[in-house]
Amino acid sequence: MSRRAVITGVGVVAPGAIGKKDYWKLLAEGRTATRVITQFDASPYRSRLAAEVDFDAAREGLSPQEIRRLDRAAQFALVAAREALVDTGVEWDQLDPRRIGISLGTAVGCTTSLEREFIVGSDTGRRWEVDQEYTVPHLYDYFTPSSIAAEVAWLIGAEGPAAVVSTGCTSGIDSVGHAAELIAEGTADVMITGGTEAPLSPITVVCFDAIRATSTRNDDAATACRPFDRTRDGLVLGEGAAILVLEELEHALRRGAQIYGEIGGFSSRCNAYHMTGLHPEGKDMSDAIDAAMQHAGVGPTEIDYINAHGSGTKQNDVHETAAFKLSLGSSAYNTPVSGFKSMIGHSLGAIGSLEIVGCLLPMSEGLIPPTANLHEADPACDLDYVPLVARESVVDTVLTVGSGFGGFQSAMVLKNVEGAQQ
Amino acid sequence: MTTAIKSTRTRRAPTPALKTVVTGLGIAAPTGLGPTQFWRATLRGKPGISSITRFDTSGYWAKIGGEVPHFEADRHLEGKLLPQTDHMTRLALVGTDWALRGAGVRPSDIPDREMATITAATAGGYEFGQRELQKLWHHGPDYVSTYQSFAWFYAVNTGQISIRHGTRGPGAVLVSEQAGGLDAIGYARRQLRHGSRLALTGGVDSSLCPWAWVAHQVSGRLSRRNDPARAYLPFDRDANGYVVGEGGAILVLETEESVLERPNGRIYGEIAGYASTFDAREPRPVTGLQRAAQLALDDAGVDPADVDVVFADALGVPEQDAAEAKAIGQLFGPYGVPVTAPKTATGRLFAGGASLDVASALLSIYWSAIPPTINVSDPLPEYELDLVLGQARHLDVRVALVLARGRGGFNSAVVVRDYR
Repeated sequence: MSRRAVITGVGVVAPGAIGKKDYWKLLAEGRTATRVITQFDASPYRSRLAAEVDFDAAREGLSPQEIRRLDRAAQFALVAAREALVDTGVEWDQLDPRRIGISLGTAVGCTTSLEREFIVGSDTGRRWEVDQEYTVPHLYDYFTPSSIAAEVAWLIGAEGPAAVVSTGCTSGIDSVGHAAELIAEGTADVMITGGTEAPLSPITVVCFDAIRATSTRNDDAATACRPFDRTRDGLVLGEGAAILVLEELEHALRRGAQIYGEIGGFSSRCNAYHMTGLHPEGKDMSDAIDAAMQHAGVGPTEIDYINAHGSGTKQNDVHETAAFKLSLGSSAYNTPVSGFKSMIGHSLGAIGSLEIVGCLLPMSEGLIPPTANLHEADPACDLDYVPLVARESVVDTVLTVGSGFGGFQSAMVLKNVEGAQQ
Repeated sequence: MTTAIKSTRTRRAPTPALKTVVTGLGIAAPTGLGPTQFWRATLRGKPGISSITRFDTSGYWAKIGGEVPHFEADRHLEGKLLPQTDHMTRLALVGTDWALRGAGVRPSDIPDREMATITAATAGGYEFGQRELQKLWHHGPDYVSTYQSFAWFYAVNTGQISIRHGTRGPGAVLVSEQAGGLDAIGYARRQLRHGSRLALTGGVDSSLCPWAWVAHQVSGRLSRRNDPARAYLPFDRDANGYVVGEGGAILVLETEESVLERPNGRIYGEIAGYASTFDAREPRPVTGLQRAAQLALDDAGVDPADVDVVFADALGVPEQDAAEAKAIGQLFGPYGVPVTAPKTATGRLFAGGASLDVASALLSIYWSAIPPTINVSDPLPEYELDLVLGQARHLDVRVALVLARGRGGFNSAVVVRDYR
C-alpha cells in the first residue's frame, strides 16, 4: 500500500492578504494587489510595479531579535509557518520530531538583505574590495538560503530531513513535490513545506528590466498584469510566502485531522532549451504535466481546473496554452484555466506554493478564482480562462503548473480526499 | 584488523532491485582537474591551499584559500557561454563534460527525458553578482548584464548543464549549506528509482570574490591563521576553524541496467545508502549526524562493522569536531574505523565539498587506498579516532561512509559500496 501525502495545514503571507482566510477572499473577489513599488524608490527603473505585502513584522508576532536578524523572506516564512502549524490542530510536542522534515522553496533567498549590505560595504558600488568593517553578523545567513529552512526547522524542532529546493520560479511547486515524495517513500510522516520570497529590491527589478520581462504599465498598476490578454506586456513582481503542512494520510486520519487535499502527482523537468526562453510548442511543460497526471493516476477528462503559471509575458501564456492542449487534448477546451499572478504578482520561489494554497479554495468551496484583468483574450490563447469573475464549479482535481528561468517546468496534481473531513 | 572484520560481513536488508552506480567523475579541485590528477595529488597529500590570487586580500584578515589552478575557461567552453556564466558555473560545465567523457556516455544516445540534472548550491554565482551589483550602484541600471537574471541565482548550474547536454528529465537544486552535495546525490538516486536512467549530479561551488569573502569572514567559523599548513586542522588540538576553497565534483549516476546495456561501461561503485536529518536547537541533544549515518547504513543494508573508511565532515571548529567524533565513536567504537578528511588539502568547497568526498570515496574503492588527512599532526586523543594521517593507507576498500553537515543543523550521509 503506497503512502499518500495530504495537506493538513496552511499559512499565508500574500500581497493584499495575510492569513489564509483573507487570501482566499482576495482570490474569490478577483482583487488585484499590484501597485507602484513603495519599498524603495523605483523611479530609475523601467518597471516600477510590484505586488507588495503590507507587512508589520512586530504585529505579526516576530520578536525584535527576529526582525533585526532575519531577511524579509525568512520573516514571511516564519509568520506563514506559525499559522500553518496552528491550522493543523496538531499537538506538536506529541509527534516524533525525527519524522518531521522541512522542504522550503526560494528562488533568490535573502537577496534584499544582501543588496542592502552590499551598498554599505561597497560604499554604493565605489569599491570592488568591499569593506570588512561594515559587515553585519548575519551576513553569512543571508549568503546561503538554507538558513531560512533552518529557521523554520528550529521553530518546530524538526529533526527529519531538511533542505531548501531552489529551482527559480518553480521552487514553490518543487519544494512541495519533494516533501510529498519524502512522505511517500517513508522517510518522513510530516513535512513542513512551501515557499517564500521577498525579492523586491533594485537588483531584482533590474534583472527583469534588462530582459524586458516585466510590465511597464506603470500608470495603471492595479491592472498591469494581464495573463492571456491581447494587451499583456509582461509580469509584475510579487512577494510573499505560503507554508503547507503535509502529512501521511493514515497519520492524518488517525488523529481526525482536517484534510484540505492530497498531493496526487508531481513532476519537475528541465527544458534544456534556454535559460530564459521557452519553446513555443510547450512540449517540456506538457511532459511535466503528463508525468504528474500519470503519477496521480488521472486522465485529461478528470482535471476539473487548471491553475496556470499565467505570468502575463507574451511568450509564457502562449507556451503554456500549447502545453495544456498537448497534454489534455480536446479536454483542454472544456477545462477552466485561471492565473493568480494577475492578482498577487509573481513572487518567484513562493508563488508556486501560494498557488497550491489558492487551489484549495475551489477544491473546498467549489469556487474558481478568476484571471483578473483579462478583457480580451489573445487569439493565440483560446482556452477558458475564467476572466474577471470567480466561477462556481465542482472541483475535485486540480492541475497547477510553473515555469521558470533555468528551463524548469513543473506540474502538480491536487486531489480531494474522499470522505475526508474539511 | 580490517580483514578480520570483513570476514563477518552480513547484509541486513536485501539489495534494492535497482542499483544506482557511478560511472563518471568530473572533478575540479584546488588539488587537481580530473580524477587522475586529483587522485594522484590527494593520495600524496599534496596541499592545495595558498594565498588568494583572485582578488586583493590586503583589506581582509583572511588571506588564504583553495583556488582551482590552471583553469582557463576559454579553452574548454564556447565563447558565447563566457559572458553569461560565473566562474563556478564554468567549473561545473567543464566538470560535467569530463564526467560524461570519462563515463563513455553520449547523452544523445539516451532518451532525453530519462536524464536528470540535480545539483547542490550554497551561494550561486556571487562573483558575477557582485560585478553586476557594482555596475547597478556605481554606473546605473542600464549597465547591468542581461544575464544577471540567471547567472547568479542558485539554480544556474542545473539549468546550464541541462541545456548543454539536452537532459530534459527531472531537474532540481538542493541547498542545505555544506550538506547539499550529498542531498543532491540522494535526490538524484531517487530519480533513477522513479524511471530516469542517468543523472548528472553533485555540486561545484566558488565564491572567491570580496563580497562573498566578507560573508565567510563573519560566519565565525573561518580560521584566523594565514599559514596554509596550520590553518584548517580538523580534530587537532589546534583546530581553529576552516579555510574556504572552490570546486567540487559532478558525478554521472546511472541505473545498473543502463550501464550494462552499453559496451565498456566502467563502474566506480554504487550509491548504496543515503539519509539526511536535522538538529534542532538546544535543549535537544545533537545526535542528528549519528542518526543520518545510521539511517544511510540501514538504507544500504550495511553494518557499521562492514565500513572500511569514513570520510568525515571535519569542520575544524572544536565543538563541531567533538560532536562528529562522538557520532563516529558511537557507531564504530573507539578507533573502530579509519577516518579521513582529504579536504584538509583543498579547504572546504561548500556545495562542492561533499560531492568531492563521494568522488574520493569511490576512488578509494577503485584504487584500494585511503587518502590522508594533511596538516593535522596532533589529534585530540579523547576523540578516539583512527585518523589516516601523513600518508595514504593502502588496503581493500569495499564500503565507505561519507558525512556532511550544513550550518544550522543539516546532517547528511551517503554510503558508497564497491560494485560486483
